[in-house]
Amino acid sequence: MSWVGKSLRRKEDDRLIRGKGLFTDDEPADLHLYILRSPYAHARIRGIDTSAAEALPGVACVLTGQDVLEHCDPFMELAPGEAAEIKDYPLARDKVVYQGEPVAAVAAETAALAMDAGQLIDVDYEMLEPVLDAAEALKDEVLVHDNIGTNRTWQGVFEYGDVDQAFAEAAHVVRIGPMHFHRYSSTPLENNACIAEWTRQGTVEFLCNNSFPGFAQQLLAPGLRLPVEKVHIRAYDVGGSFGNKIWNYVYMALAALASKKAGGLRVKWSETRSEHLLASGHGNERSYYDTEVALDKDGVITAIKSRHIDDCGAYTRYEPLGCVIWSQVLPATYKLRNIRIDFSQALTNKCPVVPNRGYSRMQQLWFMERVVDICAHELGIPADEMRLRNYIRDFPYETPNGCVYDSGDYPAMLAKAKELIDWDKWVAYRDQARAEGRYVGIGIGTTLDSGTNNFGQAQIMNPQLPFSGNSEACIIRLDFDGNVVVTLGTGPSGQGHETAASQVVADELNIDPAMVQVRTGFDTAWNTYVGHSGTYASQFAVTGLSAVHGACQKLKAEMRKLAAFVLEAAEEDLEFGVGEQGPEVRVKGTDQFMNYWALANLVNNNNAVLDESLADVTLNVRHVYRPPFKVPDVERKFGNLTLTYASQLHIAVVEIDPDTCHAKILAYAAVDDCGTVINPQIAHGQVHGATAHGIGAAIMESFDYDEGGNLLTSTFSDYCPITSMNIPDVVYGNIQNPSPFSYSGAKGMGEGGGAPLHTMSAAVQDALHGAGIIITDSFVSPPALHRMLQAPNREQAVSVD
Amino acid sequence: MSTTELAAHEVPKVAIELSVNGKRYRREVEPRELLVQFLREELRLTGTHIGCDTTYCGACTVLLNGEPVKSCTVLAVQADGGEVLTVEGLEQDGQLHPLQAAFSEHHGLQCGYCTPGMLMSAYALLERNPKPSRKEIRKGIQGNVCRCTGYHNIFEAIEAAAAAMRKE
Ligand code: FES
Ligand code: FES
Repeated sequence: MSWVGKSLRRKEDDRLIRGKGLFTDDEPADLHLYILRSPYAHARIRGIDTSAAEALPGVACVLTGQDVLEHCDPFMELAPGEAAEIKDYPLARDKVVYQGEPVAAVAAETAALAMDAGQLIDVDYEMLEPVLDAAEALKDEVLVHDNIGTNRTWQGVFEYGDVDQAFAEAAHVVRIGPMHFHRYSSTPLENNACIAEWTRQGTVEFLCNNSFPGFAQQLLAPGLRLPVEKVHIRAYDVGGSFGNKIWNYVYMALAALASKKAGGLRVKWSETRSEHLLASGHGNERSYYDTEVALDKDGVITAIKSRHIDDCGAYTRYEPLGCVIWSQVLPATYKLRNIRIDFSQALTNKCPVVPNRGYSRMQQLWFMERVVDICAHELGIPADEMRLRNYIRDFPYETPNGCVYDSGDYPAMLAKAKELIDWDKWVAYRDQARAEGRYVGIGIGTTLDSGTNNFGQAQIMNPQLPFSGNSEACIIRLDFDGNVVVTLGTGPSGQGHETAASQVVADELNIDPAMVQVRTGFDTAWNTYVGHSGTYASQFAVTGLSAVHGACQKLKAEMRKLAAFVLEAAEEDLEFGVGEQGPEVRVKGTDQFMNYWALANLVNNNNAVLDESLADVTLNVRHVYRPPFKVPDVERKFGNLTLTYASQLHIAVVEIDPDTCHAKILAYAAVDDCGTVINPQIAHGQVHGATAHGIGAAIMESFDYDEGGNLLTSTFSDYCPITSMNIPDVVYGNIQNPSPFSYSGAKGMGEGGGAPLHTMSAAVQDALHGAGIIITDSFVSPPALHRMLQAPNREQAVSVD
Repeated sequence: MSTTELAAHEVPKVAIELSVNGKRYRREVEPRELLVQFLREELRLTGTHIGCDTTYCGACTVLLNGEPVKSCTVLAVQADGGEVLTVEGLEQDGQLHPLQAAFSEHHGLQCGYCTPGMLMSAYALLERNPKPSRKEIRKGIQGNVCRCTGYHNIFEAIEAAAAAMRKE
């Protein structure tokens, strides 16, 4: 009987459906923090007058840039060179560099009072010209951070194979004009929040919803001038993250400083939605220039050269890691071997970017899918046929830059998706509609969800960084009462880790998942975590569950040893199972057994009866899983950057209304392959969720700035996250090519690789290609399509030799 | 920069009396206090969540006198004399409401942050319309944003709950 592979009802649900979760804002605190933010994208701060705010009864303290200078050090920068000198503090000091940047903070007895006081702070600004376009920023005419003398955070050339030779031999060369991947983010429904307490013992206690606390702790401690040991972080229920909550340590530090200044009272900061949209973190925006594609006479792509510029906003934070992370999927799902991409990243006066579901890879995957579709249309090859000619087919497959795609079957996914959507019917429909002059198109998007990072790729970006490999920890023990208690290093935000971990333990011990207790959330006091601990980068099914699996092996070995001694049996004769008294270890074929309570009691309460050979048995074991990674070759930018590659293939059929320019989705299919599935219901839910994010991003959601650097979509009512009225019926399918690199064959899969963005761009282009339109922007909203229909771009956007 | 004559926090509190999940409460509140703050901070009923500041997301949905309202857009004083039902009031005598059971059964929640508001909107929908079509379900929760599930399983859960409730 196996629990892995079953759609077990989630354990987490019991509290969440009753409204009994513990989200950060649910805990009361002594004081509330209000943050006064810059109304300007770029301005000098000439002075701040906080006296009226400080005089308001009920205000505990006001913080400005002066306080952070006195009590903080700038957060660690990952960048090499000039960008390493960026000074990132929790509050602006002499200059603001994006709209919404924190300028001052007030801690007061109620949130409303703190806000009242915030309105009394007078800031004298001198407005400066902002720089908002990344290519423009690289000219260094307007500097975001004056002290570093440049806006360039990173630049590098990724070159593999023999690009010039491939172009010399090409039957066709397709040149593509500038393309652009727009800014959006997955905006978890729970905003960022934290409660901080600077205790008398000199520790800082955080309750928060940070989703990468292992990393946050290492950034916060030096930032607050504390040893790591004094920074305690707890996170329980987290209302979604999608990567966005990795960065909120900046605000955690601010709340901690407010607590310190207020004499150790507990200070709560709860971000509003508008603050979240304005100034939390946006997804990476990217532009692609000078793209040239070499193809043979059959439409097989042999080489690509291109120049990409990433826009990281006003601070680097997790960047410039994104400058390398995309190369996990350098050739996407295609077999070309000759690639040269010149990649740079620029600072602009916009909100800083933060990892967002599909982080940095989907921007590359979107680019590659655009290349494939544009070439297909221009050469008159059907989009499905074009893919079949170009897909990678043999696995494991080493990409030109040394990444190893573990397993997959892209043609099978395509066949399955076509079957699910009823391809032939829609092709006939499209052709008929076209004959009537209607804009109907069918688009395919193939994508990868690379999971379990090799942190060594950070060294490709900055060889000085002391990061490599990956790891995750798990502690499992038999409690005094014989209960199986599992502690995870990850802090989930809706992915069902308690349930999935219970399924793995239940299989290993041959018991029921209900008999396994998994501790919820993350707590530094539990001592489970490692530096890589957290929930990000599609890895729990591999790192988290491998840690659980490994811990089970250690626990079982101890239980066997102990039971063999007491039952006077050979270890090989023992088996695990459930008897009349619950979980037990028994001697096969006899009525001899020991239940878990008896085993735990021997070790914890009654150990004088034990033999010395059992001295190291604790029934409380910790296991750290480490994937088999090597440090990449930094010079060649070559090495295996991720362990597993889940894949997805989506097909959409759209019709564009010529009056409203709305791309209505007539049919949608999504097929995923994440290897062995631990809990089908959870995996299926992740696919639907990622699909909604991608469709929302393609047609509705965008962070738009005006030329002054004002964010125009700074409330939910302007940003319009996708609702039940806009999501199409998504037909779901699954195939399973187990990963040879994880113990269970599972692959991480939560991010989804942005498939709907590729798919919607493809479908819209298919609909409008006849009207002379090439889709060169990932945002295909009605206004965008309206502009295109007014001014068809094919002439400028593409040429074929 | 403007300052008011009487600072907002100096405005006298107002007494209100209302019933929440069948229990009567009498409290003094600031006139500007929102119903959602009253529920969460005053009564510590933290199942009702806050997800936005422009009445878009519905995480705060509760029933006020039988009607679904976004409690971030109702002042506590407006609920004076009223009856409020929140997610904490759905379970009766240790029995989950069929909607709660169906949301779990059909994996209609991931992080669970939208769930209380979704449940309350769905509850109101099924009160009005015990056999909603897919389209009516979509409309019934159009004021509730879920960022995790992609809605599909929420539709399924509401359909299943409706079917279960019709059998009762
Ligand atoms: S909190 Fe978003 S609608 Fe009330
Ligand atoms: S389950 Fe997370 S927002 Fe709906």
